[in-house]
Amino acid sequence: MNEYKGLMVFAEQTEGRIHPVSYELLGKGTEIAQKLGIEVSSVLLGSNMDDQINELFYYGAKKVYYIDHPALADFDLLNYKHNLVRLVNEVKPETVLVGATHLGRSLGPRVAAALATGLTADCTALEVGDEGNLIQIRPAFSGNIFAHIRTTTRPQMATVRYKVMQKLARDESKTGEIVRKDAEIVESLLKIIDKTSSGDVNIAEAEVVVCGGRGLKSAGDFALLEDLAKALGGTVGCTRPIVDDAWMGKQHQVGFSGNTVQPKLYVAVGVSGSPQHLAGMRDSDVIVAVNADPSAPIFKVADYGIVGDLYEVVPKLTSEAQRRS
Amino acid sequence: MAHIIVPIKQVPDMERVKFDTEAGRIDRSSASGEINPFDLNALEAAVQLKETLGGTVTTISMGPGQAEASVRDSLARGADRGVLLADKAFAGADTWATSYTLASAIKKLGDYDLIICGEKTVDGDTGQVGPEIAEWLNIPHVAYVSAIRKADEKAITVTCEMESASYGIESPLPALITVTKDINVPRLPSFADKMKARKAEIEKWTAADIADVADPANLGLKGSPTRLNKVIIPSEEGRKGEMFRGNLDEATTKVADALQALGLFGSSK
Repeated sequence: MNEYKGLMVFAEQTEGRIHPVSYELLGKGTEIAQKLGIEVSSVLLGSNMDDQINELFYYGAKKVYYIDHPALADFDLLNYKHNLVRLVNEVKPETVLVGATHLGRSLGPRVAAALATGLTADCTALEVGDEGNLIQIRPAFSGNIFAHIRTTTRPQMATVRYKVMQKLARDESKTGEIVRKDAEIVESLLKIIDKTSSGDVNIAEAEVVVCGGRGLKSAGDFALLEDLAKALGGTVGCTRPIVDDAWMGKQHQVGFSGNTVQPKLYVAVGVSGSPQHLAGMRDSDVIVAVNADPSAPIFKVADYGIVGDLYEVVPKLTSEAQRRS
Repeated sequence: MAHIIVPIKQVPDMERVKFDTEAGRIDRSSASGEINPFDLNALEAAVQLKETLGGTVTTISMGPGQAEASVRDSLARGADRGVLLADKAFAGADTWATSYTLASAIKKLGDYDLIICGEKTVDGDTGQVGPEIAEWLNIPHVAYVSAIRKADEKAITVTCEMESASYGIESPLPALITVTKDINVPRLPSFADKMKARKAEIEKWTAADIADVADPANLGLKGSPTRLNKVIIPSEEGRKGEMFRGNLDEATTKVADALQALGLFGSSK
């Protein structure tokens, strides 16, 4: 076990652009590495990405393993797995961190199974344990509990949720070592036939989310929420039943089976607060709830609750926001 | 499609689980066991494929003896055969050991064309077991599948949801897919189906039954590379929990004042 050293961050990229979760992991990785006196490296699989490597240095990587091959330009599960497993077996990092994106949560388990090591899913906190091991903290039971997990094998691997860790300030004066590795290409088997962009709604990135639920009487009434969101510089979200009724698209859905959001301000309007919904928004900085039913569970997680008819309250909030801006 | 396997898990009814903040304890006593809701979508997808292409559907579950009820429920919902892996040796397994055990049992089941898993479970919430099974079986997988577009004896074409785009992906068979809740609306079993399932035989396998394909060192807690140090049940304290009711003009003004003071409302924009 002693032969495993250092912390490695998997740099996720789509169409040649590195996902910001990778920079967040470099930030957390740097903090852990400083505590332990170890090195932070990153591994990048892609094609023609030389211009992006410096970004990994700017955000904290001291060394970047770069596997450059046209077959790695897009996410190709079996080739990504094969080359990542090869590199980890060669470099032997003690810790490997992967963003808990859809890509990371599809790739990570295969890599861990192939390496015969543990993987902790969707962590929201990482700590250094007494023996210098990684304590991986993750929500389970739809966010109702936090499990503290350690790994007895090496590398200790975790996928980490996006927008939870802090990235370092980008510093163009930072440099590092580039280690180029040859790719070994296997039969890919999975063939991408087409691609449809999900549109520009990215509720997970929004700083303010105004979310509507069953309390709204019609799809058209979401205009009220649009007005409030606009006044607050935010985005409109909704609960699962709203998506089921096709009032709004899936990309707006907040909750266990939709998006997890963590905005600075979350305004829940006519949302009762099912455990599945709370799982997707309970980590918001400030939560405001508007609901006619004083016993609605959403009030239990709210910083500010207004009991009343949303059709009265929301326009008032909107005009308050407009008046003060 | 000759044979589809659906791994399922019995989970507590999440609406009824109680969380004791002080004792750090999860009380499942008032929550009855049910099939993980995401697995119902996987089962429905399998049964729909069977209805159009023929073949059989086998469900397989690892869990305590009472998980037999969930395997039986899967038969009422259209599975043809149900296998329960129940043994003390399986207890305490993490995703690595769980996927190893399930993959070993799948090897034991023999030929299969497609394995369909739910995206994740509502209790463990990892989403890792599906992709890990695929690795153990050395077959391709596609996660986050929201639609099966086309399937025949040799290949399957699915829609895979990533955050920024959805992809059409074709995979040769055998393969494993994990499906999201968007793929279908699971049907409810009829009374007749339930009666039929009540009489059906559930096969029960122990560690001894898979000993020829599974290394006992990889099973259960002993085989698990991750260990639970402790569980913390957060209370919602830390939230202000200020409630306003009655005069709504006053309420909105007060909330607006508070948000403005936090830099979240009005003048900060």
